[in-house]
Amino acid sequence: MDQAEIVKGAFLAVPLLLLGLKIIPGRWQTRLPAALVAGVVLGQLIAGILPPGTLSYVVSFSTMASIYAVLALGLNCQWGYTGHLNFGIAGFFAVGAFTTALFTTAQPTGMMANYTQQAFGLEMPFLIGILAAAVVAGVVAFLIAIPVLRLRMDFLAIATIGIAEIIRLIFQNERWLANGPQPLRGIPQPLHCLVDDPACGPAFIQTWLEPLQARHYTFVYLVIVTLILALVYILLETATRSPWGRMLRAVRDEEASAGMNGKNVPGARIQSFVVGGAIMGLAGGLYAHYTVTIDYTHFRPLFATFIVWVMLMLGGSGNNKGAMLGAFIIWGVWSGTSFLTGALDPALAAIHPDLPARSAYLRWLLVAILLGGIVLFRPQGLIPEESVVSRYLERRRASG
Amino acid sequence: MSASTETASPAPTTGPRLGERIRAALRTRTALGLMALAVLALIVLLAIAQDVSAGRILSLTIWGIMLGGVIGLGGIGLTLVYGVLKFPNFSHGAMVTLGAYIALTVIWVLPKSAPIGPFSFGWELIAALLIAMPLVGLVAIGLDRVMYRRLRKQRASLVLFAMASLAMAFFLRAMVYLIWGSDFHFYYEGRPNPALDLPLGMRVQADQLFILGLAIVLVTAVYLLLERTRMGKAMRATANNPELAQVRGINTERIIALTWAMSGALAAAGGVMYGLASQLRPEMGFWLLLPMFAAVIMGSIGNPRGALAGAVIIGVAQQVSTAFLNPAYGPAVAFLLMVITLLVRPQGLFGSAGG
Repeated sequence: MDQAEIVKGAFLAVPLLLLGLKIIPGRWQTRLPAALVAGVVLGQLIAGILPPGTLSYVVSFSTMASIYAVLALGLNCQWGYTGHLNFGIAGFFAVGAFTTALFTTAQPTGMMANYTQQAFGLEMPFLIGILAAAVVAGVVAFLIAIPVLRLRMDFLAIATIGIAEIIRLIFQNERWLANGPQPLRGIPQPLHCLVDDPACGPAFIQTWLEPLQARHYTFVYLVIVTLILALVYILLETATRSPWGRMLRAVRDEEASAGMNGKNVPGARIQSFVVGGAIMGLAGGLYAHYTVTIDYTHFRPLFATFIVWVMLMLGGSGNNKGAMLGAFIIWGVWSGTSFLTGALDPALAAIHPDLPARSAYLRWLLVAILLGGIVLFRPQGLIPEESVVSRYLERRRASG
Repeated sequence: MSASTETASPAPTTGPRLGERIRAALRTRTALGLMALAVLALIVLLAIAQDVSAGRILSLTIWGIMLGGVIGLGGIGLTLVYGVLKFPNFSHGAMVTLGAYIALTVIWVLPKSAPIGPFSFGWELIAALLIAMPLVGLVAIGLDRVMYRRLRKQRASLVLFAMASLAMAFFLRAMVYLIWGSDFHFYYEGRPNPALDLPLGMRVQADQLFILGLAIVLVTAVYLLLERTRMGKAMRATANNPELAQVRGINTERIIALTWAMSGALAAAGGVMYGLASQLRPEMGFWLLLPMFAAVIMGSIGNPRGALAGAVIIGVAQQVSTAFLNPAYGPAVAFLLMVITLLVRPQGLFGSAGG
């Protein structure tokens, strides 16, 4: 093994460690060392065995799937906990992405100003950018929640699908805001200097990272994204198991009795909608820093709304583990079928000469049928919602 | 449908406080109608402020009424399904698209005849319309058999129906992309469609008048069907209380199938008209979805006449606003009217109080 593979393996160890902590049963004292060892060993093994091309593909796949997992967690907070039918995920996703872009890029000057127009460019650090993304998306969610959440659930679905469309239209047509129909380029990548600037950080880190080149940046970003995903997951799990989470479920299942027990039903609904919207905005921020270049076409209903719904419904609504599992499976299906449609091209060409050029839409068809099947045959998803979410009850059950 | 009992309490001495009386007055049909008119007036005033000539505003209004006809044709089908089956059908936009594209194929296949009178189209468009309407109706029944009827048997919740319809929307759209591709098409490539010069400086195309006429004819037919025939009565009974209707010997499954057929056929008609007025794109139905929902909510869910009225208001607001606003923001204008309706009177212009 050369040094590059060891360094890559070390980066892979972080997400694997987090995964191990989730999967390995037992107490903290045994779980942490076991996960640590498993993460390091597996990381080195994966980096050593897989060819570099495949490894890069796996890493960028996992990064994108993790971003989708954050989206699915946000949707789970709205739909899984509280039953909000949000068909406008794309809107919050777009708001988050463009917010962080405006916060972290610099206002273009000189020649560049002719090509790129944006309302402002603050050159803030990455963390402030994605926090701003979450906050602004949360504010947008709040503004939608006030008029619509007092009403029936189906009105929310209609209103959110409309809001997402209008947000996309705004980013498409308003040149002054975020370069309109033209893409907004050059969104900075956090810690990018680790892989391309020898003057970044202490000397021993630099000598250690020496073999990595700029194209290996995804390894760094995968670590950042999975850490944030783990943070969001822990926050949401804590929330589910808190009185707040149980109140949301009560509002969802028995609105009248929750109200009679003195819970503020509209307040609870608005809170969960805003929290979910903020998490979706955070995911948008992560996406923007990952792709570097964004424009309005990234936020069409298919990629940013529909597929997230399929993920959550497949994984299990109301279950945060299910949301993340669904995100990885569906993103795997989606990415995997791009190879499949390539293999199908000759057969398609035999049916009609135009079909191979349109084979991308076969994947849409597949995902649509998949969602239909889930709704019909397994609406609770792969990992159904837990009926008991109090850690006190769990403790009592475990002890006797 | 009676609305006489919805105003504030008539007893002034023991009546509710002033704030509540004002709130109750704001929630009446008159108030909502006045607000919709106020939005329209505001849009016209903004157009005048931008030095748009009166003739152009009048033409835009006529075009808006025509667009309202298109939105209305789609909206009636949407409101029927919404009223009878109680869920928002998000695949309705895709059915509009499907209807337009089926008609396109028929026009490609049939020999072209000379344009009829002042219109830009020949008899083959009428034939295409008559073929596309029942076909899309059949597609709608098919989707119901595969998807929604099973959900009904499981007594699934409303949200699962809505989600299933979203899945079907993407299914139909993917089919349209696969069969016809993503390019845009015209029914008649490059055929001139001159505007007629009407008095007061208005310029309107004959096709637009045809679209409006067709919308009125179809809405009248739906209205007569619902109000004057046994079948319409059965449909209204099913919408009101499906269990009771079944107990009284109404075959509710047949009524539901019929509702889907009508909904699909009207969506197809709307799609053909929309394609005739502009162009055919796979996303055309999705663009119409928001205005259609706005019209349905504004005109009270389940009420075809209301849907048409709402559609005309929304169509005019959308078109006249293009005098000073980027036309791409049409859906935003529809959305604004929808939010006003939801805030002021969620049951819409024609709904009864407390709905």
